[in-house]
Amino acid sequence: MKRNLEIDIHHLARVEGHADITISVMNGRLIEARWAVVETPRFFEVMVKGMSAERVPFLTSRICGICSISHALASIRALERAMQIEVPPVAEKTRLLAMHGETLQSHALHLFFLASPDFAGTGSVLPLMQSHPDLVRAGLQLKSLGNEISEVTTGRCTHPVSLVLGGISKAPERHRLETLLSMIRERKRALDIAADFFSTLNIPDFTRETEFISLSNGSSYPSIGGNLVSSDGVKRDENDYLQMTNEYAKEGSTSKFTRLSRHSSAAGALARLNNNFALLHPSAQKTAERFGLKPVCHNPFMNNIAQLVECVHILQDAEELVQSLMEVESPEIRTPFNPKAGSATGAVEAPRGILYHHMETDEKGKVVRADCIIPTTQNNANIHLDLHALAERALSEGKTDSEIQKLCEMLVRSYDPCISCSVH
Amino acid sequence: MKQKGFTFEKLKFASFDFTCCEGCQLQLANRESTLPDFLGLLDIRNFREISSERHDDYDIAFVEGSISRSDEVTRLQAIRKQAKILVAFGTCACFGGVNSLKNRFAEGQPAAEVYPGMQVESLPVRKISDVVTVDFSIPGCPVAKEEVERIVVSLVTGSLIALPKYPVCMECKARLNTCLFDLGEICLGPITRAGCDAVCTTGKTACLGCRGPAEDINMPAFLELVKERGLKEEDLREKLAFHNAFEAVAANET
Repeated sequence: MKRNLEIDIHHLARVEGHADITISVMNGRLIEARWAVVETPRFFEVMVKGMSAERVPFLTSRICGICSISHALASIRALERAMQIEVPPVAEKTRLLAMHGETLQSHALHLFFLASPDFAGTGSVLPLMQSHPDLVRAGLQLKSLGNEISEVTTGRCTHPVSLVLGGISKAPERHRLETLLSMIRERKRALDIAADFFSTLNIPDFTRETEFISLSNGSSYPSIGGNLVSSDGVKRDENDYLQMTNEYAKEGSTSKFTRLSRHSSAAGALARLNNNFALLHPSAQKTAERFGLKPVCHNPFMNNIAQLVECVHILQDAEELVQSLMEVESPEIRTPFNPKAGSATGAVEAPRGILYHHMETDEKGKVVRADCIIPTTQNNANIHLDLHALAERALSEGKTDSEIQKLCEMLVRSYDPCISCSVH
Repeated sequence: MKQKGFTFEKLKFASFDFTCCEGCQLQLANRESTLPDFLGLLDIRNFREISSERHDDYDIAFVEGSISRSDEVTRLQAIRKQAKILVAFGTCACFGGVNSLKNRFAEGQPAAEVYPGMQVESLPVRKISDVVTVDFSIPGCPVAKEEVERIVVSLVTGSLIALPKYPVCMECKARLNTCLFDLGEICLGPITRAGCDAVCTTGKTACLGCRGPAEDINMPAFLELVKERGLKEEDLREKLAFHNAFEAVAANET
């Protein structure tokens, strides 16, 4: 059948930021399958120049409204390593808990608000409030728990207040930790409801082999700092992030691209899971097994399930972290420091994948050079190649125009792209 | 929508974003405990971030972000044409926000540094009211959801909407915080409009003035305070410039 098809999605909905999808078919042949980021750049790497190191995390957190804690902590880690600042253990734990809060909030937002309407066949989550009230309530419970964790640990759920160079400016309050603990225990039930719902869904069966990149520290599921590893066997030190990313720009996209051993690579929940499966909490591994998800999984749609699995892990790990923070008496929370010249990389696992900030300071502690490489930037080439392969397959299977459009949208959403972040 | 015998119309609502982080729009989906009730006040006609159903028959538009490209100007003008009420939503929309820090550099320099050899358009950052008429402003980086809820309820019921006139200091004192000036830090709390419940100073970090100047602030007295405490003028300048919210005040006084 010689068919023609033009899919032109301007400003794709239910993703963070502005991007377009174009699929063009002539006489049955796929001419073009394109993912183009058209977001306006803000130039954070330039804006940060000349700013005092202590203020930088407050600026870089504004790169993203969803993963502001990750951005603040990537900058903080880079600057603390550049100026050799040691951080008190309580602050370290509080930061890890903050990362959990952010990832839980972000995954819940994506799974319930952005992705699930596709599976349910609605345009948004709003009709689901009537048709699937238990599911929506479970989603809201998990999202609000994530926000509550962020608020208790950083003072606010978006654009953290108390994450500072040298530690934290205020310790989490005991009575709020107590409430958190009971919330975490109670909301494991919401995870069960979510898992039951997702197990009834038809996740598209599509694979295209790629290289998965994440942090890895060998002892715990990755969050803040560690080695840079890939599923193709590459391993690098955190400061050698440039060799891991090989970032390049292309006309027509304000978001850049990266590559390592292949034409493209992937970062995010699926990459973390593929590279660190053994370090997931046993109950999270069990959830993964329920969905037949095991490393190395090359189906990008399974990133949704990987996020769900991570939520299970987060609730378990957050429970332990809260308990250990509650045992601390009059803690040392912040190390004073003297500004100095230096340079280093801070890598963290943001909800959507590995995030690098590289910072260089002068002897007064002012930033002279900065570089930020964002998870979605690292997924751009992969999304592009996946779209091509998926469109080609859907054509050969004789799918209708609207089926192809929906599949392509779902594919992009599976990556949970954070577009304004990737352009920064 | 009926409540105690009164009938209210839902707001025909749209939300748009320009040069920003989308953090303010995200707040619309936060405060999960009141979310179903809050969304019940809105007839969402256009909100790309959460819905693929898009219609252009809205009455009220929340606009997040600042303006830094010509296609944004066109898009914003079209929104102005449709909306009966246009709300500048968040600090970037109200004042330009952190994005304005780019304006310290020569036009074209940031693009040349970040995208060498590529043509990338980037105009000097402007606030929404530099481009179109704004009916109401909700500042905050990010906006405070409680305040947004109060304003939306006022819009639905047709009652008076107003932001607090007094400074963050008042809210900070009410929360029994230790003054950051007493801890040796410059804080913009004395000159910044309240409404955030002093969230930053309660977390023991200085107010960076994201909500812009309070009404009738005493800037000379504030500058005198900074001097008297022997605090660094450079630090003050960095804080005042952070959200671009004191541009007008700073030009007159410092």
